[in-house]
Amino acid sequence: MTTRYDLIAALVENEARVLDVGCGDGSLLRRLGEERRARGYGLELDAALVAQAVSSGLSVVQGDADTDLGDYPAGAFDTVVLSNSLQALQSPVAALREALRVGRGAVVSFPNFGHWRVRTDLLTSGRMPVSKALPAKWHETQNIHLCTVRDFVELARAEGFVIEKAFGISSGRARSFSPGRPGRANLTAQEAVFLLRSKR
Amino acid sequence: MTNTGAGGLLPPGEGETARLGALSLDSGVTLPEVTVAYETYGALNADRTNAVLVCHPLTADQFAGREHPVTGKPGWWERLIGPGRLLDTDRLFVICPNVLGGCMGSTGPASIDPGTGRPYGLNFPVVTIGDMVRAQAALLDALGIDRLLAVVGGSMGGMQALTWAARHPERVANAAIIASAARHTPQNIAFHEVGRQAVMADPDWRDGTYAPDEPPRRGLAVARMTAHVTYLSEPALEAKFGRRFQNGSAPGFGFDADFQVESYLRHQGKSFTDRFDANSYLYITRAMDYFDLGRDCGEDEGALARCFSGTKTRFLLVSFTSDWLYPTAESRRVVRALHGAGAEVSFVEVESDRGHDAFLLEEPELDRVLGGFLAAAMRGAGL
Repeated sequence: MTTRYDLIAALVENEARVLDVGCGDGSLLRRLGEERRARGYGLELDAALVAQAVSSGLSVVQGDADTDLGDYPAGAFDTVVLSNSLQALQSPVAALREALRVGRGAVVSFPNFGHWRVRTDLLTSGRMPVSKALPAKWHETQNIHLCTVRDFVELARAEGFVIEKAFGISSGRARSFSPGRPGRANLTAQEAVFLLRSKR
Repeated sequence: MTNTGAGGLLPPGEGETARLGALSLDSGVTLPEVTVAYETYGALNADRTNAVLVCHPLTADQFAGREHPVTGKPGWWERLIGPGRLLDTDRLFVICPNVLGGCMGSTGPASIDPGTGRPYGLNFPVVTIGDMVRAQAALLDALGIDRLLAVVGGSMGGMQALTWAARHPERVANAAIIASAARHTPQNIAFHEVGRQAVMADPDWRDGTYAPDEPPRRGLAVARMTAHVTYLSEPALEAKFGRRFQNGSAPGFGFDADFQVESYLRHQGKSFTDRFDANSYLYITRAMDYFDLGRDCGEDEGALARCFSGTKTRFLLVSFTSDWLYPTAESRRVVRALHGAGAEVSFVEVESDRGHDAFLLEEPELDRVLGGFLAAAMRGAGL
């Protein structure tokens, strides 16, 4: 059984300075601290979650990734993590650019809307897909910018982000794939995790 | 040593005072003899690693953790200071000094000017937040405390905490700044000026030379009433008083305190004059007005960040949604600067409709965040 957190933890270097964008209650940062001795920093919109994270001893700032990433100086972090938060942002592209400005690298994960079950759901029911990973109805969801693996790979190419590593997760199994040939992962992965660097 | 009743409104025999000698001030003036009155709670450990400095806001004083000797009311942060409380005095040594310029035993305008043998009055030099911190640092030297586990303060106390972290980074491991700012806004200055003018317009003020038993009570009370409104919020006033009349349900058609909110404010103003010196009020509000920490490091936008460059201090900032006196935007300005300095910083905007005063009140979210921050600080120090 491999989770998104397992993959992210594997992609973060030991003792790295990590910014988790949309860190929630800080559970990923705590894990990175324990496993990687990472120096964790968090950004989170929800005040109650920030309070929870800070009360566990983490350095977390209440703020909005759409507007507040600009507050951090360039190269402030080794890795910026966007763990299933990208699709909830107003301007995901701007956030990715900012992530690669303030971090030497970025680890980005999202639920893959290209998964075969999502596709067949839409085909057979004619309604916006609702699943375990994406349980909210279309008018209630915070996920306003959902994408597929292929969408993301094409965006990265257009923006000049270098995909160093790419993984699909399907039923608890993680598989690496080549960003040049995303077709299979786009069909089978429920979630995708990418390690990005900006072109120097 | 125990205080001898030399300064201000502090009753003789209450609390501790330290004579710290001369102190040179930001203005270039040197105060020849400075005394700081302070309270401590808990005990300093053998390694001297458990000291926490609590900095008081404008109209509070060193009686943070025990009953006030003048008013008989509980300490202003007694809720947080004590055995098993958030600032756990079974484990921490909490120090709360009265600020320089204050009137509860620390040297201020009501103190005797050694040059004339009479109270300073307006001959007291204008002091700054930086000078208050200087006096506190001298107190810590006298107490043999090199390094603070934490400095904690709300409002003007937060300004002191920020100044501590900027000027003495090696002495501060953790800094908690609540409902505060790195500078006084024009609006803050404007309200303070209204209060000062009220004091100065009172004929009893006598250009600051009033006798201790004939202070400008009316002017100081009006200043307090204005200030008190700025500490609240419209929803808080609405909830507490509405438009209710003081007596009955019909207007009295006069200028007595007909509305409950008026009666409340008059009481606040009047009781304030029993425990606060009018000249101290002028001096401390002035110190806050001059506060603009970034100016220490330049005039440009990045100046505030430079004040903290290379800092190893951990920071916590907390603001409240309904605080229009020290709004969230000012806390965010500090957070941005701390990011720029690469500091470890946490920030929460707590949802509250109680205005600026929220930092003195029961706010579970504040307790949760501050408690967690301090617990992590204690773990970090092996306490």
